[in-house]
Amino acid sequence: MAKQTVSFSLNGAPVSLEVDTRLLLVHLLREELSLTGTHIGCDTSQCGACTVFMDGASVKSCTVFGLQADGCSILTIEGLKQDGELHPLQEAFWNEHGLQCGYCTPGMIMSAYGLLNENSDPSETEIREGLRGNFCRCTGYHNIVKAVQSAAATMRGK
Amino acid sequence: MTSTQIPKLVGEPIRRREDPRLITGLSTYVDDLKLPGMLHMSIVRSTHGHARLRNVDVSRARAREGVSLVMTGTEAKAWGEMLPTAAPLGNSATRYPLSDGVVRFVGEGIAAVVAGDRYTARDASELIDVDYEDLPVVVDALKAMEPGASLLHPDFKTNVCVTVPVGDKEATEAGFRDADVTIKQWMVNHRLIPNPMEPRGVVAHFDPGQETLTVWSSTQVPHLLKWLLSGLVRLPEHKVRVIAPEVGGGFGCKIDVYAEDILCSLASIHLGKPVKWIEERTENFMATIHGRDIHAEIELAARSDGRLLAQRMNVIADIGAYQQLLTAAIPTLTSLMFPGVYKVPALYAEVTEVYTNKTPTDAYRGAGRPEATYFIERAMDLLAHKLNMDPVEIRRRNFIEKDAFPYQTATGMAYDSGDYEPALELALEKAGYDDLRREQEELRKQGRYLGIGVSTYVEICGIGPSAMVPGGGWEGGSVRVERTGKVTVLTGTSPHGQGGETAFSQIVAEELGVPMDDVTVLHGDTSQVPFGVGTFGSRAIAIGGTAIVMSVEKVKEKAKKFAGLMLEASPDDLVYESGRIFVPGHEDKGVTIQEVANAAWGGTVLPPDTEPGLEATSYFEPSNCTFPFGAHVCVVEIDRDTGKVELKKYISVDDCGNVINPMIVEGQVHGGLAQGIGQALMEEAVYDTDGQLLTGSFMDYNLPKAEQLPSFELYRTTTPTPVNPLGAKGVGEAGTIGATPAVVNAVVDALKPFGVDHVDMMLRPEKLWRIMQGGTQ
Repeated sequence: MAKQTVSFSLNGAPVSLEVDTRLLLVHLLREELSLTGTHIGCDTSQCGACTVFMDGASVKSCTVFGLQADGCSILTIEGLKQDGELHPLQEAFWNEHGLQCGYCTPGMIMSAYGLLNENSDPSETEIREGLRGNFCRCTGYHNIVKAVQSAAATMRGK
Repeated sequence: MTSTQIPKLVGEPIRRREDPRLITGLSTYVDDLKLPGMLHMSIVRSTHGHARLRNVDVSRARAREGVSLVMTGTEAKAWGEMLPTAAPLGNSATRYPLSDGVVRFVGEGIAAVVAGDRYTARDASELIDVDYEDLPVVVDALKAMEPGASLLHPDFKTNVCVTVPVGDKEATEAGFRDADVTIKQWMVNHRLIPNPMEPRGVVAHFDPGQETLTVWSSTQVPHLLKWLLSGLVRLPEHKVRVIAPEVGGGFGCKIDVYAEDILCSLASIHLGKPVKWIEERTENFMATIHGRDIHAEIELAARSDGRLLAQRMNVIADIGAYQQLLTAAIPTLTSLMFPGVYKVPALYAEVTEVYTNKTPTDAYRGAGRPEATYFIERAMDLLAHKLNMDPVEIRRRNFIEKDAFPYQTATGMAYDSGDYEPALELALEKAGYDDLRREQEELRKQGRYLGIGVSTYVEICGIGPSAMVPGGGWEGGSVRVERTGKVTVLTGTSPHGQGGETAFSQIVAEELGVPMDDVTVLHGDTSQVPFGVGTFGSRAIAIGGTAIVMSVEKVKEKAKKFAGLMLEASPDDLVYESGRIFVPGHEDKGVTIQEVANAAWGGTVLPPDTEPGLEATSYFEPSNCTFPFGAHVCVVEIDRDTGKVELKKYISVDDCGNVINPMIVEGQVHGGLAQGIGQALMEEAVYDTDGQLLTGSFMDYNLPKAEQLPSFELYRTTTPTPVNPLGAKGVGEAGTIGATPAVVNAVVDALKPFGVDHVDMMLRPEKLWRIMQGGTQ
């Protein structure tokens, strides 16, 4: 396989490594950099378990080649906690019981992060539509919606 | 030394201790494991619904650089055994982990490739050439029963696996002879695909030096898997260890023992290296078990006042191509719950299970109870319609009364406890039922179609006595107070999203009077937890929790013996309260559980006839299952122009007995409702007549999304069970069971002005639009 070097900012720190040209970003994160918090739930870009925040937008990392990350700034679930403090979204998912098996959770939180980045005060409908690309089989989304509402309120108050 | 006051924990909505690792990406699912020298496996699967394999040419794959091993049916048959079934019935057909010459459904394994990395394994699997000789395909159970139908397993000379009669035929016929009114309806309860968000995954590591096999599997039943797998790969059981690490949901589909558990193990034994297999979602759609596909002609006989006299069922279950672990047991489990919450004096049912060229079915959330509840709840609406009675009133008239418990049903079940009418009345009050009926009338005049659906359900949880559960219905639990007073709890259950670590900690911390943070709960590793069964059928708290409570009691009794010596008092005179042991009236002289633990493990203070240490292990064998119940009200409006169903309101009243953590209980109901609503309105596994799975990815299978669901309104009533000391019944399946009939009843209710009294699921907009255009379904 042809190899090429990719350099980008990951959770605030620079990384540079040589990867197969066809390597998907999600595999780059999980296998090459051992950041396994980003999960894989499907092979058709529907479920959103692999969502990361890349250059200002949430993207499905199973649909991005590793090489496409070159020069980008990427935030994964592992980079959300700052100075030992949970991000308001993490805190809210915990408080509101917005997760059960936890498999969709990192992608769900990163998708919600992107949503709140664009809309700091979303309505219930806007949250439900904003998360349509992230599947959860456990919660029926009820408490996920509550968690995003609660996190949005906390973040607006800051 | 005095211990701190322990706040009340049981019954409190304490946030989960599992969550910090899950919300930060620090948990370890099977795919997160990386062992030195680990190889990766990819499976070649049948693309034909039914075919003889003329030739499987693996030469190009074997020659591919980086490939360590290619297995076909030949190796699978030579090295291992057939897939197990714990409850074989009738003409029991099972299979080797890779086909030995005939494939009977799309997705059946043909070859396995093991290579240095997953990309190479996948590339090499595409170099395998399979030469298929097509055989006739049958995907419809009714057609599979016809004379001359293509046979999946010709040795049986039929596609019928088994027919099981249930109940009293003569009494039922007498009931129909005496009836003022009868109804009869064929109902479809279609096939679903469980789809936990984490697909299955296995890492098998055979250590050639130790001659031990360690298997990490995304399973609900690590202990059953260890027991069965040892035989399947021909290793003694004490040389096999199974670990269920973080498991991303199961919903029943991870109760099974799968081909890949065996194949990874065989490959690792053969190569002496760790082998990983991670299921792709597209594989999951066809290679992991499906659920439901149980259909029935249901007949009810009643008096003119609506009181039931008899129930008759002809049930056809399409079980797919083979029997897996519990396949044949699911339709018979259905039959036990046919009468639902009603007094049915006589019942007779015949349950026929049929092989077709589809993925095998097995347990999916509710496993039999959703089907039974759907049939009777839909039928009660039909009866109400025929008698021109409100669907609520027909239910009230037929409920089993609260003083009739324990209640013996016509299907041989002994319902433990129940009080059905208050749950229904609460749901109606919260929904504003009478106002809704008036609103419906008004809207109909405007050409708008509001529907109000009611369902009442009873189901089986705390499964259950060992006579009912192949492999054992008991559960084990150990409690060890460590030398420093910290507490380690071992459970044979295997939580995979339910929050068992939190709930068990609440129970133990409160019972022992120690801080919750001092309790750790271990599960899922057969080398840590000696014996267990697993998590399914809402048995974790009811049975697993009881085993833990039994161990806590033993630990407290033993602690009193040590305390007796330390306080120079008779253990019989001592009281255990909030983590302290003392003589009543002399609280200030007491000792703490932490002090007792230190002494007990020190060995220098040893009461007569007592061993050192402070731990206990218990196994709880329940006398009966538990029978939670509830009432749901669903309000829908159907768009006249598109047939789209809008869920306007959803009220769920559930009674699962005593509750350990109400926040977790509500979460279980929310998720259950989503899956029950999903069946009614969104999800359906569809095959074409060639046996191709048309809904084989998330692009085609409509898994409920956030924007497709409403927020839910939940309420509870509390009727404890006498079956276990916690009084807890279980709640994992309730939402799924109550929701499907509530939604379908609401949609049919909305369509009444179009002369409709039944519509089969799945209720896609096109189907409803055609009805409103005056067409057929």
